[in-house]
Amino acid sequence: MNENTPILALRGICKSFGPVHANKDIDLTLQKGDILGLLGENGAGKTTLMNVLFGTYTADAGQIEIDGKPVNITNSAAAIAHGVGMVHQHFHLVASHSVIENLMVGQKSKGGMLDRAGAEARLAKIGEEYDLKLAPDTLVSELTIGEQQRLEIIKALFRGARILILDEPTAVLTPQEAEGLFKAMRALVKRGMGVIFISHKLYEVREITNHMMIMRQGVVTATLDNTPDLTDRQLGELMCGHELTPPEKPATEVGRVLLKLTNITAGGTPDRPVLKGVSLEVRAGEILGLAGVSGNGQSQLAEVIAGVLPPFSGEMEIDGDVLTRPTVKQVKARGIGRVPEDRMGTGLITTLPLSDSMVLPRVGQPPFSRFGILNRGAIRDFVTKQVERFRIKTAGVDVRTGTLSGGNLQKALLARELAFDPLVLLVAQPTRGIDVGAGEFVHREFLDLRARGRGLLVISEDLEELFTLSDRIAVIYEGRIIDVIPVAEATAQNIGLLMAGFQEDAA
Amino acid sequence: MKMRLEQREKSSPWLNLTLPLAAIAATLVLCGGLIALAGANVIEAYTVLFASALDSKFNLVETLVKAAPLVLTGLAVAVAFRAKFWNIGAEGQFLLGAMAAVFVGTQEALPTWSLVPLMIVCGFLAGGLWAVLPAILKTRFKVDDVVTTLLLNFIIFYAMMALLDGPWKDPLSGYPDSPDILMEAEYPILLHATRLHLGVLLAAVAAVAVWWMMRFTTLGFAIRAVGENPRAAAYAGHNITRVVILTALISGGLAGLAGVGEAAGLHFQVMAGISTGYGYTGIVIAMLARLNPLGVVPSAIFFSIIITGAEAMSRATGVPVFLADVIQGTALMTMLIALLFTSYRLRVSLSDG
Repeated sequence: MNENTPILALRGICKSFGPVHANKDIDLTLQKGDILGLLGENGAGKTTLMNVLFGTYTADAGQIEIDGKPVNITNSAAAIAHGVGMVHQHFHLVASHSVIENLMVGQKSKGGMLDRAGAEARLAKIGEEYDLKLAPDTLVSELTIGEQQRLEIIKALFRGARILILDEPTAVLTPQEAEGLFKAMRALVKRGMGVIFISHKLYEVREITNHMMIMRQGVVTATLDNTPDLTDRQLGELMCGHELTPPEKPATEVGRVLLKLTNITAGGTPDRPVLKGVSLEVRAGEILGLAGVSGNGQSQLAEVIAGVLPPFSGEMEIDGDVLTRPTVKQVKARGIGRVPEDRMGTGLITTLPLSDSMVLPRVGQPPFSRFGILNRGAIRDFVTKQVERFRIKTAGVDVRTGTLSGGNLQKALLARELAFDPLVLLVAQPTRGIDVGAGEFVHREFLDLRARGRGLLVISEDLEELFTLSDRIAVIYEGRIIDVIPVAEATAQNIGLLMAGFQEDAA
Repeated sequence: MKMRLEQREKSSPWLNLTLPLAAIAATLVLCGGLIALAGANVIEAYTVLFASALDSKFNLVETLVKAAPLVLTGLAVAVAFRAKFWNIGAEGQFLLGAMAAVFVGTQEALPTWSLVPLMIVCGFLAGGLWAVLPAILKTRFKVDDVVTTLLLNFIIFYAMMALLDGPWKDPLSGYPDSPDILMEAEYPILLHATRLHLGVLLAAVAAVAVWWMMRFTTLGFAIRAVGENPRAAAYAGHNITRVVILTALISGGLAGLAGVGEAAGLHFQVMAGISTGYGYTGIVIAMLARLNPLGVVPSAIFFSIIITGAEAMSRATGVPVFLADVIQGTALMTMLIALLFTSYRLRVSLSDG
């Protein structure tokens, strides 16, 4: 093996799920000391490819070579044995165990005895070498998200990883934590490791990687060196396949306040609430965007407005009606529509028929039921009509909800709410994980609702989306709305600073 | 050669029908080995088992009479499991239903025409409320329902035995039996000179009613929604606590109704052996029926054949009656394994890969 043998090479990887080609003839090479950025929209096949490499899926065709030798990776244990480590978006840690116990899970024992001292020595050594330090006895539940991620990286090193896959590692981090992660990544490759960094944030990929590979609809559209003359526009086109044409946003007349939150505290415990006194207003004919790094209270805020999470204090006013402990029924009756971030978790029921999922919030009222007895015909008619109107691609209204693609699930959720002409529509991450076409459709529906004098609250981590849609952008940081800026005065830079908690005096 | 499980994109509808049949076939093959071990001819033993349960009007009626409580406990479990309320307590709810029926059925002060309807209502409520207790513990305090429903079976069984050995013992009997119910409290016989009683008809009606409820009422809709995804159901405004408690009431009520049937249709009293594990067999029946209320009927009849036929088989071939229990247990396991294939497929590759 000479110096130029890549530490990892994938050749002709193919993987289909039924008729869908998630990966088609993918080649990838990773050199020692390299950070490879893997770019692509959600659904482009990045995660599938990494799951093939990590042994979660078996490729239909193709070969994996490590240090120039073909290897057979049939499960994650084999991947680990070959020196492949993966840090998933969702961490695989035991919350009630300590750092060192999490590292020792799955390790070979010495004659039935746990080698705790040995493990601690190795943890200390990794801490020294890569500047990745954690106290061995801290419980995982006491670690911050950034520290938990560090533990996942340490775990991969602990098991002898030489190739590290990081699947959208920065999505959960604050900018400062992301900086720390980048520092660690640089230390890793300096010692001869290879790192694959998955992201769809262009500026991060440009900051940290040496090379990038761009995927779209299961194929590689480009492999590039990271040079300063690349533009975001070029990369965006390679990712999306066409130029983005944002929908027109005509001026509307902004009317009365439809939704008003005053000093809401909620989530966590009453002494240490997640939302620490949130106040905001959504007016008729406007879209209020809510920006923030994930985990700063967005989901709790959405839960309060949806009536799922009763606030500790503060009040909510819907079109003049004051509620101090809103329930789902109350907010629904007053015209709040909701399209949740977690489509399959809190929105639809993947294992039930599409028709059932689409009437879930209103099954108890006419025409869907009377006196507790369902009107299956009315349900069918309603769902059929919505499927046609929103061009939801489905084999029928009786198929299992989970067989629909992400974009069609999102359309189904939107159809479910828009059919009842909500006064205020609450949406979270409306275009996450769906293709560009469906995304544009969703945006048009929002603007249409706005034109009809309704109010929208759009929670998103995608700044571009917020700039396209919003009339005003509110920024949430550590459970507080730290500023609300009209979109005409907002720049990516000042919103970015606010998201990181820097409050400008002049703002 | 290597085998590997892969997730299916969607489950095919014909599997719903073929899987239970495949599970039964696998069960009979596995248990055939035991019959051979017992020194009998496998074909002959199975022939006797099935024939003896079906070959005469009398045997056919006996099979149906035996199936009635199994249909009801099977329904009880099917409804509860749909909501992911893991009711392992149909046995105890059955006993309480039987006790409530006999208590009402021995009251001479009541007008005789009201006895049977009152027994049905009280038996249903007794079983239902006994199931509501663990449902409250589950929804309010997050106490594991598998453990509570199971343990409540023992509490009610020993409480019943204490009553039968003490205050409720029939003074005329040497055994721990309760007094007999009044003549007017007995379920009417539907077919002259047989034991085909009202309970058999009630079980059939219950199966259709539960199917209709699950499919055509908002409650049935909510039960399925809560079972499949409680968070989505809650976000959509369904009250999970209410749905789980109503599910428990219906589930326990159906098991209680099974107890009423055995007391009012067959034994006319409560005694130690009034249930031969009907509540537990109900779990196997519901699983074999894939929690489909209409599927519970053939599933219960199958087990009724096994249970009634096992005695004849034992007499004719010398294979111990316990084989019926082994078949039940094996059927549960083969069905659970079969269920895996509704969402996964087995991929066999010939290479070492």
